Amino acid sequence: MAQPILKPIERQRKNVGSPKERVEDLRFLRGKGIYVDDVKKEDVLHVSILRSPIAHGLIKSIQTDEAKKLPGVVAILTAKDVVDLCGSVPLIPIRLHHNPILDSYKQPVIASDKVRFVGEAIALVVAKTPAIAEDAMGLIELDIESLEVAADIQTALTNEVKLFSDPRGNSPLSYQSKKGNAQLVFDNAAYTRKEKFVIQRISAMTMETRGVLAQWKSESQELFVFGAAKVPFWNRAALANMLAMEKDHVQLIENDVGGSFGARGEFYTEDFLIPFAAKTLGATIKWIEDRLEHLTSMNQARDCDAQVEIACDREGRILGFRGHMNYDLGAYPRTNGLVAPRNITQFLTGPYKVENVDISCDIVFTNKTPSGTLRAPGRFESNFFCERLLELAAKDLGIDPVEIRRKNVLTPRDMPYPFPTISPSLIDHTADTECDSGDYRETLERCVKDFKWHELQHLQGQMVDGVYHGLGLSCFIEGGSAGPRENAKLRLDKDGLITFSVGSTSVGQGVETVLTQIAADELDIEMSDIVMLHGSTTLLHEGWGSYHSRSTVMGGSAVTNATDLFKEEIRLRASAVLKCDPSQVSVSAGLATSSQGGSVSWNELVNSTPIEVMGTFASHHHTYAYGCAAAHVSVDPKTGRIKVLDYLVVEDVGRAINPLTVHGQLVGGTVQGMSGTLLEHIVHDQQGQLLTGSLADYLIATATDFPVIRAVVLEQHPSPLNPLGAKGAGEGGTICVGGAIGNAVANALGSLNLEPTSLPLSPMRVWEMIHGV
Amino acid sequence: MQLKMTVNGKTFEADVPSRLNLADCIRHEMDLTGTHVACEHGVCGACTVLVNGEAVRSCLMLAVQANGQSVLTVEGLSDDDELSALQASFRKHNALQCGFCTPGFITTAHALLTKEPHCDEDRIREVLSGNLCRCTGYVPIVQAVLDARVAYQQVGAQ
Amino acid sequence: MKSTDFNYISPTSLEEAIQILDQHEGEVKIISGGQSLMPILNYRLASPQLLVDLQAIPSLSQVSITPSGTTLGARVRWVDIELHQGLRDAQPLLCAAIDHVAHYQIRNRGTVGGSLAHADPAAEMPGLAVALEGVLHLQGPQGLRHVKAVDFFLGQLSTSIASNEILVAIDLPFWPHDRRWGFTEFSRRKGDFALAGAAVWFDLSASGVASNVHIGLIGTGEKPMRLVSAEAKLNDQILSETLIQNVTLDCLSAMSFQGDIHASEKYRRALMLEMISKSFAQALHHI
Repeated sequence: MAQPILKPIERQRKNVGSPKERVEDLRFLRGKGIYVDDVKKEDVLHVSILRSPIAHGLIKSIQTDEAKKLPGVVAILTAKDVVDLCGSVPLIPIRLHHNPILDSYKQPVIASDKVRFVGEAIALVVAKTPAIAEDAMGLIELDIESLEVAADIQTALTNEVKLFSDPRGNSPLSYQSKKGNAQLVFDNAAYTRKEKFVIQRISAMTMETRGVLAQWKSESQELFVFGAAKVPFWNRAALANMLAMEKDHVQLIENDVGGSFGARGEFYTEDFLIPFAAKTLGATIKWIEDRLEHLTSMNQARDCDAQVEIACDREGRILGFRGHMNYDLGAYPRTNGLVAPRNITQFLTGPYKVENVDISCDIVFTNKTPSGTLRAPGRFESNFFCERLLELAAKDLGIDPVEIRRKNVLTPRDMPYPFPTISPSLIDHTADTECDSGDYRETLERCVKDFKWHELQHLQGQMVDGVYHGLGLSCFIEGGSAGPRENAKLRLDKDGLITFSVGSTSVGQGVETVLTQIAADELDIEMSDIVMLHGSTTLLHEGWGSYHSRSTVMGGSAVTNATDLFKEEIRLRASAVLKCDPSQVSVSAGLATSSQGGSVSWNELVNSTPIEVMGTFASHHHTYAYGCAAAHVSVDPKTGRIKVLDYLVVEDVGRAINPLTVHGQLVGGTVQGMSGTLLEHIVHDQQGQLLTGSLADYLIATATDFPVIRAVVLEQHPSPLNPLGAKGAGEGGTICVGGAIGNAVANALGSLNLEPTSLPLSPMRVWEMIHGV
Repeated sequence: MQLKMTVNGKTFEADVPSRLNLADCIRHEMDLTGTHVACEHGVCGACTVLVNGEAVRSCLMLAVQANGQSVLTVEGLSDDDELSALQASFRKHNALQCGFCTPGFITTAHALLTKEPHCDEDRIREVLSGNLCRCTGYVPIVQAVLDARVAYQQVGAQ
Repeated sequence: MKSTDFNYISPTSLEEAIQILDQHEGEVKIISGGQSLMPILNYRLASPQLLVDLQAIPSLSQVSITPSGTTLGARVRWVDIELHQGLRDAQPLLCAAIDHVAHYQIRNRGTVGGSLAHADPAAEMPGLAVALEGVLHLQGPQGLRHVKAVDFFLGQLSTSIASNEILVAIDLPFWPHDRRWGFTEFSRRKGDFALAGAAVWFDLSASGVASNVHIGLIGTGEKPMRLVSAEAKLNDQILSETLIQNVTLDCLSAMSFQGDIHASEKYRRALMLEMISKSFAQALHHI
């Protein structure tokens, strides 16, 4: 397919490529960040949300009389009130990969007749303080008739319990990816191996829980909503539509955001309910999610099973992959719920050259919290399946694990390398996608070398001081820079400050700093002379946001375009003043200089009329950062405890705009992946009740768990797809952890002939595997 | 109930509900929103403040229990213009990303380094294991605290 | 997660506190460090009408080391134990176990009395109280009574304290300098509650014969206890790794353990075996 050729701008760079300290830190470190619960408004009313205590049921009645009598309670709103304002209960649209099949499965913004998961919103209590709202909630009498529960994939697939009335049942949609002729290859291959895998459900567990503050201004009939994140423009359009309001009367304001990892910022029921309450009551309404709510109602992820098969020749060259997965999406398709099952299907082959593929993935609805994307959606999962299978093949064929990877990873002569086409793909510009650039052997070799892989082989599978030692590898790709577009407005007023307004959003990744670095270099000015505003719908007419590791590439390229347009405008204005042709004007560092003599400052040129230009960058092509990780673990057979003794991840990101922050993403992503591989587990019982409802039960990594994490960032192969040469690099650290640790544990237990195929690798589960329980 | 305490060197006096916890009191009665609430059950450490020089989880203390006590929050650790040595070290090491856990780490590290300016990496990790971070993976936080020791050692030596 | 409403009082004497407990209609809870109680209140698992704070009552925070033993006041905090000069010599097993409790911030507030009264079977202090044969001091309107730790703990989060009594101190017997001891616990992460823990101590004669064997179990699920059957089989024996292993395995197999999402019954039993083995190994190798 035709490849756009955009040569990365090669110039002497002052800021880009430099490990600049972040501008955001100045307020965060002093406790001056403004997160949604820090926003100060007058006369704020607080909301507590009554949520379903059971996983599947029919709502018979909601008695609110007692609750309404409690002093300090202002109102209690239910579906009835929503219907009064909107005519019907709005359904949440699907933002990515929508398919009309799912229309009858969409999530209502509030439960009216049926509840489908523990945590589903049923009523809003509006009161003077959060504590009173919670008190009142305890006085509401809820009568729900229990229905049978389908709490797991296998139960849901029988369709004995159906969540929806659609005849398609609990598994209405399937993804497929095909390439070559898998059937033929598998029929004739010298070696095939089939395995089943299971990955557990986890939560994004952002440090800041969700929150929405909505203010209704009756004079102007405008709605202001604070606490926006990730994709404010899309969310604004969805909300305006639900409330039958003009878009420009609904503003979503981005404050500081305490982490997203893909989960915060997707349109939730509360993103309708709180603004709805503000409009209905003509008031300023605030809701701050508590941690228990977070664990029941914020997007969860992973939760899938797979049966996958690899075919190789005798020398270990991969001939094909085939298999089937089931992906548990919880009770409803979320705005981005389809991304993970789709990704798992398209990207199973990862960084390897595989010519024959036949993969399918069924989505399955169950009576659990709805699922969406979580850092490396579908990619973490597919890496685990692929890497474990490859490791098994290496073992069975007697081929060195480094060698089998070296034989199969993509090299420059393979580029661009197409993935299998995914279907269905109704509005999916990346149904066809290809690896853009790189030599995937380089990161493998660098990892093996820096890790001292060969020198450590004598420990492989050995018992030392009562524990087994194991080493494992995982090669990976990281798709990033999702399209379709991003916008960046640049304004220069006579106050002399260059102000950018970009559609990219901050989720803690340092976007303000990175974009400022790019802008400062393009304009040859100081970073401190630039204001970088982002996210809020008040800033631009249209924007996209931060997801799929796109802000540096998409936002950065839009900023670059804006600076180009700005310089054009400066040249034009300067040419009039300096009486020369615009092509004779050079623009830099606050000055416009004519080659014919004379110069004028930018400030003089905007004295009467500010300059405002709109930069934009459009692309449907994903970039592919890539790398390799190596892990050294010990496994204690008496307790099942796994210790990660050493871990190294090497990733080539094309170009690192800020080496400090991209290294931080790699380390942070790795630890999050470790946490998801070894510690975290959202557990529901057969009745769909959450058993891990506190942070004492839902375990995330702490400072003592993974003390040795090493990361190396390479820039050997810039991307040809954007002027920065950068590749999205926020998720790579996470992607490869399951594979690396899984392989290391398998190798540690090699003498026991045990193959871990299911996550998490908790001490109990490892012990059970070792002791045949 | 009547409450009178010192916060960041200033007296705070108010009539507060018995059930108001110290974190909510600091955040909403005093407008010091640097202290963050992230779990309300004493696990995550985002709400850490110093009470009489000791790091505590302010979500597990009632505001009225701070009556007569001296409280230090993250806002009290630097003046408006400058970062403290500890804060500057965090910035240098990229020891924060979304920033939500950061005030809790800063106050905890400040308490630790004030009492133990010669602590080693194991001790730092042990103490910081009571604070959750979802973004950084802890590696740069530990580096930042290690690097900041020298500033506290100099203070101790004076 | 805001708690329900309650009244709060901070009496300045023990007598005043007991009088309040004795006379109050409706549910009263005592708050000491608050590290166990506050999460319970925030999750609305308890809705007391009145909270009685012990913080202003003098003389509950003493650590007293005498020739007859050690007395810890109810308000002694984990950090106080950590930093106390002399306690590590006087009660080495106690101090080694308390090193595992919770985290930095919690250790500045959490108290001995609070943990004992709360009686979480996965917590260290109740397990130690039983393992060390502690005696608890309960002050009520009728005066002071003493209760052996083994009689104090009735079950999960349940003790024999009366609603008008306050736990004011715990006595631990004198600890001879050459006593052998070991403490090991298994938790998912540092500072988490133990899935299984063992506090082991015994005395060794000059000829290497064990006496006074105590095996205290933490995390069985129900309440802190001693593995009395194993103790009986190991007393008056020369302890070897094999003997310990076999006896312990036998006795643990005869016991039932609580299973939950973190540890099944079988796994908990296996962990307990390992914790006991490791604790004995520590004890045998101490100089």
